[in-house]
Amino acid sequence: MTTLTDDTLPATPRAMRDEMIVFVLMALLLAAVPFTGVYPFFVMQALCFALLACAFNLLIGYGGLLSFGHAMFLGTAGYCSAHALKVWALPPELGILVGIAAAFVLSIITGYISIRRQGIYFSMITLALSQLLYFIYLQAPFTHGEDGIQGIPQGHMFGIFDLSKPTVLYYVVLVGFLAGFLLIFRIINSPFGEVLKAIRENEPRAISLGYRTDQYKFLAFVLSGTLAGFAGSLKVFVAQNASLTDVHWTMSGEVVLMTLVGGLGTIFGPVVGAFVIIAMQQYLAGFGQWVTVIQGAIFVICVLTFRRGIIGEIAHYFRRSL
Amino acid sequence: MQALYAQLLVGLINGSFYALLSLGLAVIFGMLNIINFAHGALYMMGAFVAYFLLNLGGINYWWALLLAPIIVGIFGMILERTMLQWLTGLDHLYGLLLTFGIALIVQGVFQNYFGSSGLPYAIPDQLRGGMNLGFMFLPVYRGWVVVFSLVVCLATWFLIEKTQLGAYLRAATENPTLVRAFGINVPRMITLTYGLGVGLAALAGVLSAPINQVRPLMGADLIIVVFAVVVIGGMGSIMGSIITGFALGVIEGLTKYFYPEASNTVVFVLMVLVLLVKPTGLTGRAA
Repeated sequence: MTTLTDDTLPATPRAMRDEMIVFVLMALLLAAVPFTGVYPFFVMQALCFALLACAFNLLIGYGGLLSFGHAMFLGTAGYCSAHALKVWALPPELGILVGIAAAFVLSIITGYISIRRQGIYFSMITLALSQLLYFIYLQAPFTHGEDGIQGIPQGHMFGIFDLSKPTVLYYVVLVGFLAGFLLIFRIINSPFGEVLKAIRENEPRAISLGYRTDQYKFLAFVLSGTLAGFAGSLKVFVAQNASLTDVHWTMSGEVVLMTLVGGLGTIFGPVVGAFVIIAMQQYLAGFGQWVTVIQGAIFVICVLTFRRGIIGEIAHYFRRSL
Repeated sequence: MQALYAQLLVGLINGSFYALLSLGLAVIFGMLNIINFAHGALYMMGAFVAYFLLNLGGINYWWALLLAPIIVGIFGMILERTMLQWLTGLDHLYGLLLTFGIALIVQGVFQNYFGSSGLPYAIPDQLRGGMNLGFMFLPVYRGWVVVFSLVVCLATWFLIEKTQLGAYLRAATENPTLVRAFGINVPRMITLTYGLGVGLAALAGVLSAPINQVRPLMGADLIIVVFAVVVIGGMGSIMGSIITGFALGVIEGLTKYFYPEASNTVVFVLMVLVLLVKPTGLTGRAA
C-alpha cells in the first residue's frame, strides 16, 4: 500500500503541543504584518489561498481524495457573496454567509455525485463538474460572463469595522483565516479525522471494522467544500471582484500545486505553499506565460523528487508532526 | 434539416476525436496505471508538428499524418523513460499530477511563442470541395476525418484484441511480473504503449488542424471533456471507448441543433446522470 504522507510520525500529545506552538507563532507573525511594511494586499490574498489550500488538504491529505475541482467552491462562493453584497446590498457578514451557504449546497450536490467513484475517477469527476459550472457561469446573467462582478462594496462588518481601510480589512481576513485553520486543525485531530486517516490508509479494512466509509468521505467533502467557499467569500473583499478565473480549472490546479509544494497531509504545508506560489506569481508577473511553464516544472520536480513538500521535509528531518 | 445534418457531422467529427483520445487514455491507463493529463497537450503538439512540417519543411499533409504521430510518439516515449517510469508503485494521483505539470509546461511554451490565436492549416488539395449527397452537402475533408478515425480506432482495437502483440499487452496489464518471467521485456512494452497512446492523440491533432486551426490551448479544454467521456464509458474495454466517444460526439452535435446553450455542458450533464444511475460507468467495472 502506497501512502501519501509520512506516517512514521506519532500522533501524540507532544505532537499536538508542537503544532499548537507553531500555530501561535504563525498567528503572531501574521498579526505583526501591518507593522512591517509588507504589502498587506499580497498577504491578504495569500491568506485566502492558504485557507483554500488547507480546505483542499483536508480532503487529500487526510481523506486521500484528490479533488481537481476545488475552484468551483471558491468561485461559487465568490459569485454569490459578490451578488449579495452588490445587488442585494447585504452587510459583509451576511454576504459571507450567503457565499458559505452556496458552497455548502454545492458541495452536498457534487459530493453526492463524485464520492460514488474512487481514486483517479474521483479526480476526473470533480474536474468535469467544475468545468460544467464554469460553462454555466460563463452564460448565467448574474455573473456578467467575461466581465465578472466588478466594484464590490466592502461595507462595514457588524456595522463597526470599516473594511475599506486596509488595516481593518487585513485583521478581519486574518481572523477569518485563523478561525478556518483552527476548525480544520480540530477536525483532523477529532475521532472523525482519525477514521478519515484510517480510510485513506486502507479502505477495505475500515469497512470491515464497521465504518460506513462513504459517509465519512462525503462529510469530509462537504466540510472541505464549505471551507473552500469561506475562502472564496473572504477573497471577494480583498479583490473586490468575482470573475471566471476563480472557477477555471487552472485555479484548481494552482490549489493542488500550493498543497503539493507545502506538503500533502501536513497541517502547515498548505499555508507555506500558498505563500510561496502567490509570491512567485507576484515576482514573475511580467514574464507572461513563463509563469505557467514554471508552475508545470514545479509540479514535475515535486512529484519526482520532493513528494513530502517543504513542511513535510522539515517535519521528517526533525521527526516532528507539523 | 440541412442544419441538423451539418451539426450531426460536426458531432461525428468531435466524436472521432473523443474516441481517438479516450482510446489512448484507456490503453495508457491499462499498462502504466496513469491517467495521462498531458494527452490534450500532446494532441496539440500533433497539430503543431503538422504545421511546422508544412511551413518549415514543405512536407505535405499526407506525410504529416504519418510523421507527426511518430515524432510526438517519440517525444512521449522520452517522457516515459525520463519521468513516468519513476512513478511505478506510487499512488495513482502522482501520475495525474506529473502529467498535469507536463501539460502546463508544453502548453505554456507554445503559448509564449504563438500566443492564444489560431494558425491556419490548409485542407490538402485532394480533399477539398464537397459532395452533394441529396439530403445534405458533405465537405470531403470532414467525411474523410470521420472515416479515417474510425478505421484507425478499429485497427487499434484489432491490434490489441486480436494479435499476438496485443495478447502480450493484455497479459502484461493483468500481471506484469508473470509476463516478465516468460521472457518478455515488459518495461519496453510499457514505453511503446505510451508511445502508441500518445501517437493516437497526435494523429487526432493532425486531423483537427484544418478544421479547428492550430492553437496552443486547443487540447486544454478538450481533455476535460475526454475525461468525462472516460468516466461515462469506463476504461475497461477498447470497443467501449470507441463507441462511447462517437456516441457522445453525436449527442453533443444534436444538442447544438436543438438546444445550443447546452452544447458545452451536455457531456458533463450526461456524466452526472450516468454516475447517478450506474456509478461504475457504462462498460467499466468498479474502480
